[in-house]
Amino acid sequence: MTEFFQQLINGLSLGAMYALLALGYTLVYGVLRFINFAHSDVFMVGAFAGLYVGRSFHNSSVGNGILIKLLSMLLCAVLGIIIERFAYRPLRQRSKLTVLITAIGVSLLLENAGQLVFGANPQAFPQVFPAQQFTKGDLIISSKDIVVLGVTITLVALLQFIVLKTKIGTAMRAVSFNAPAASLMGININIIISFTFGLGSALAAAAGILWGYKFPKIDPLMGIAPGLTAFVAAVLGGIGNIPGAALGGLLIGVIETFVRGSRWSTWTEAIAFVLLIAMLLFRPAGLLGKLQPEKV
Amino acid sequence: MTKRFFVLLFPFVLALAGCNKGGNDANVIKVGEFASLTGSEASFGRSSHNGTLIAVDEINATGGLLGKKIELITEDDQSKDGESKTAVKKMISRDKVVAILGEVASGRSLEAAPICQQFKVPQISPSSTNPKVTQIGDYIFRVCFEDRFQGGAVLAKFALNSLKAKRIAILTDVSAAYSAGLTTYFKEQFIANGGQVVIEQKFTKDDKDFKAQLTAIKAQKPDAIFMPIYYGPATLIAIQARELGIKVPLFGGDGWEAPELIQGPGAAEALEGCYFSTHFAPDQEGSHAKEFVAKYEKRFGIKPDAMAALGYDSAMVLADAIKRANSTEGAKIRDALAATKDFEAVTGKMSLDAERNARKPAVIIQIKGGKFVYKETVNP
Repeated sequence: MTEFFQQLINGLSLGAMYALLALGYTLVYGVLRFINFAHSDVFMVGAFAGLYVGRSFHNSSVGNGILIKLLSMLLCAVLGIIIERFAYRPLRQRSKLTVLITAIGVSLLLENAGQLVFGANPQAFPQVFPAQQFTKGDLIISSKDIVVLGVTITLVALLQFIVLKTKIGTAMRAVSFNAPAASLMGININIIISFTFGLGSALAAAAGILWGYKFPKIDPLMGIAPGLTAFVAAVLGGIGNIPGAALGGLLIGVIETFVRGSRWSTWTEAIAFVLLIAMLLFRPAGLLGKLQPEKV
Repeated sequence: MTKRFFVLLFPFVLALAGCNKGGNDANVIKVGEFASLTGSEASFGRSSHNGTLIAVDEINATGGLLGKKIELITEDDQSKDGESKTAVKKMISRDKVVAILGEVASGRSLEAAPICQQFKVPQISPSSTNPKVTQIGDYIFRVCFEDRFQGGAVLAKFALNSLKAKRIAILTDVSAAYSAGLTTYFKEQFIANGGQVVIEQKFTKDDKDFKAQLTAIKAQKPDAIFMPIYYGPATLIAIQARELGIKVPLFGGDGWEAPELIQGPGAAEALEGCYFSTHFAPDQEGSHAKEFVAKYEKRFGIKPDAMAALGYDSAMVLADAIKRANSTEGAKIRDALAATKDFEAVTGKMSLDAERNARKPAVIIQIKGGKFVYKETVNP
């Protein structure tokens, strides 16, 4: 029984990071109706930002950890905004396919630039928060898991607050319902979209730092696999739906972990995609999504 | 009209740039090398390349081979699948190398070997240990031991006799031919000698989270965990295992051989007291070894590891064969290589057997106090 709970903790911890990444995908899709493939690479840049900033701090303490995280989130928010401004905004009037291909291009650019700038070899991520184990019987909870879950819950709650209770959040939702109408109401679309990208990228950076903290070896191609899984999670929960993305992330994390610890561990990655296909076949709107018919 | 003309001309200009300078081959002997200079097994590539460099420079300093200097052409396969094939094809067809040195990772040697065999270019792997590598054809050689020896006679016996571990868990990297092979050969001998494999878990390259597999392993309470994998995941697994409260010893094969194994936060502590088998230890006995260690340290500032020593040996064995063959023809080099007997290599006296493998002793290294410490030698 302890094995079950231990796997559950492992799964939730992994799922929390997927959830943070999935939120970025879902935010951008909700507002712009397009999948930002470069998101997984902003995640990677966030992790590396944490690496370089973390190296200059010699002690690991909660305070330092939070500082590193905030700096990295800020950096990536700026990166996200720059990417949107120069790669996506000029193409806003074009077909969705054009922007999609551009997104893939930006993704490749970041990955290869990363390999040039950071070097292609895996590098050790510094211990940004102190690490400890707590035991309860046979169950072991690492402080790493507690930090990951804690940070994720905080950020998701913060995001919900921003989206539902603030003026800019309301503007974001307005743009996601109908962008031209929102602009007629006096909302500056460009600022809202930039803000959305900044927000999503900051969350990706947070996920990147947590990832580096849990798995202390990072390299410029680290974003590809988690990014893909997080994208699946976002679709699973209902693309465009914020609680859906969080739920999708947690669910995939737990399912992946249980499969990985079982006899069928080689199917771990396949499972995520099988679920995706099943979801798209039977419930395309996702778990929490509502099928919105195109009103002409 | 003119603009269009130049736009169309541009790709042809680029193509011209790609053409070989050609000629000038009369004065050098070209030897190709492919290694993982970057990527997840970069430590292997860098080490073996450094070792090879020392050998080539030494040979050239004493007049070269057959009156000509050796030109070493090196390609980086980036630790990725598929790159080795491209690198080797290029070196054979464009650079016209007389032989190929490479690789450390069995999977990548296996990728290149069919091409070398097809074009009858001798290939010498410095440290690929999967038996299948030399089974590809008679042009493929290795200067190290292979995994039937490492898995069976070395590691299985070590587990039973030295670690006194009767119940073992195995964690395999199914995306690496090396790992899958070593697991099989270890299991054969371990079970045949009375051991019990209580659980086997798997993962693939790029996996970072092993808590799931480790939790399942922990539930079976093994005496030790065998990890026949590369150093990248080994570090992460060790850290995560200790985080889950798994205290039993971990041990592995020569895939662990890299300074990166114990670098990074928590790595050295997590692997304290653990063991791995490999081909060479800088503090082992033998005058050739000591000489090589001194040379390497002088040039690169650090002590060489097994991959560096084997990189050196692979180049030296090739040079010896070319001298004996007195020719740079593929077939003649191949025959001379196959006849290599009692060659005084840095990693020990070696002969290439009928299967083109080297019968060599293995050493067991223990991680103690954040350093690799030589523990014992296991003879074939």
